[in-house]
Amino acid sequence: MAVLAVDNLCKSYGGEEVVAGVSFRIAPGECFGLLGPNGAGKTTTLRLCLGLVDPDGGSIELMQRRVPGEARPARLHVGVVPQMDNLDPDFTVEENLLVYGRYFGLPERTIRERIPRLLEFAGLAARAASRIQTLSGGMKRRLTLARALVNDPELIFMDEPTTGLDPQARHLIWERLKQLLAQGKTIVLTTHFMEEAERLCVRLAIMDRGRFITEGSPRELIARHIEPHVLEVHGDGVAGWARDEAGPLASRVEKSGDTVFCYAADPAPLLANLSRKDLRYLHRPADLEDVFLKLTGRELRD
Amino acid sequence: MRAFALPSISLRCVPVWRRNLLVWRKLAVPSLLGNLADPLIYVLGLGYGLGSMLPQVGGVPYIAFLAAGMVCSSTMNSATFEAMYSAFSRMHVQRTWEAIMMAPLDLDDVVLAELVWAASKSILSGAAILAVIWLLGLTHSFLSLWVLALVPLVGLAFGALALVVTAMAKSYDFFMYYFTLVVTPMSLLCGVFFPVDQLPTAFRAVAAFLPLTHAVAIARPLLLGEIPGNAALHALVLLAYAAAGFYAASVLFRRRLLK
Repeated sequence: MAVLAVDNLCKSYGGEEVVAGVSFRIAPGECFGLLGPNGAGKTTTLRLCLGLVDPDGGSIELMQRRVPGEARPARLHVGVVPQMDNLDPDFTVEENLLVYGRYFGLPERTIRERIPRLLEFAGLAARAASRIQTLSGGMKRRLTLARALVNDPELIFMDEPTTGLDPQARHLIWERLKQLLAQGKTIVLTTHFMEEAERLCVRLAIMDRGRFITEGSPRELIARHIEPHVLEVHGDGVAGWARDEAGPLASRVEKSGDTVFCYAADPAPLLANLSRKDLRYLHRPADLEDVFLKLTGRELRD
Repeated sequence: MRAFALPSISLRCVPVWRRNLLVWRKLAVPSLLGNLADPLIYVLGLGYGLGSMLPQVGGVPYIAFLAAGMVCSSTMNSATFEAMYSAFSRMHVQRTWEAIMMAPLDLDDVVLAELVWAASKSILSGAAILAVIWLLGLTHSFLSLWVLALVPLVGLAFGALALVVTAMAKSYDFFMYYFTLVVTPMSLLCGVFFPVDQLPTAFRAVAAFLPLTHAVAIARPLLLGEIPGNAALHALVLLAYAAAGFYAASVLFRRRLLK
């Protein structure tokens, strides 16, 4: 039984299709990643799934309830960590959790029992009485995560949970998400950090221009879409080298700025050639970012 | 389509109302003093200052005449401020509404909570002024306690109208239009400072449609110890403004936030 089943979902704004026929199902306990460049339609897809926006077409079933019609009761079992911080600045850390728990109609006692555990989980036990303005970005994000757990949800939506955080804060969030998955929670997250997707997601979809362009486990996507070896070559004369010599040695050559990316199933001919040149290079296994850039292109999205 | 559906009225608004109460409790004393200071200055300044130069107005000393107007206009101001500046902060600046709507609450619940909250705050203002009026000895009639029943109605009517403005506001600056073009003219046309009969006929006709006129028409006789005529009709007008404003605000907020 899927906790979220989306079928042929469509949404347009001013004639522009932001979500253009998206379908997917999320099984309980899964961590599903939605990847895509800015403006791909990730956040709109999440808002549609939560019933915050009415779709133009298609169907959504969240926690076995039709959305948007029954979105409110469905959200009783769902937690949300939004992209933009919307903690209540008028309250302390603890009050934020208390007030948010009330929105779920939870009895006061239940909320007060949960607060110490939630603060512990978020690493904010010592900051219960702190005002929101005094928290760091990482603390705020952890509090937002704790707030999303106040109703003990089965499914948690996270919209770019680690954007803007430093590596320490990011790793701590990842640790917590793994704990939640170990507890059997289901997580749907959007991100444009490939590392995050690779670490956390069992399954992911890459979204661009409102459509899913591919779907699978991180390994599957790499195996399906990209050659296993990557050489990043740079230095004086790299452009000439790419034009005259790289072509036959690699299955694909891409230029980005002053760097040439060579993709190959067998790196030996490239390595042999480069050993005789005065070019600097980095040889690494292909990763999800290569898949992402191949499928969505290298040009900037703003 | 739910865009034009009647807003759902449910007790789900209670936790949102309690949220606002919890914020207010932290600032209760300065907030109450602020609510009292402005109308008090008017009552004392105009009432004694201007009043000493005037003969009786409407058959009573000017300050007693003005008191009823001040109860209504300060209730109006309090509800208006709360439903505009404070609600706009919660909706637009702090994104509090967005956070609430991720929980199992709808926009309708949030809008209703804002309306009831604005009315609740205005009750405090209205009641505070009434207390001062008693303390100053400007009323002696226990009929004046009925003003406490009128004040929530005034708060709902003006809270709802202000929410309509908030739903259309791009920034805080927008609220100045409403104050300059609606609130201030209303204070002058609706019998707060002088009887409506003093106005030219055309203005009197306009005043008859304005909600504040109907609030004052109930409050003034009560404070003077008389039973107001047509009280039910005046109350009905206020109720109609509240209902129409609430519906319009709900539709406009949906259009703004549920895209």
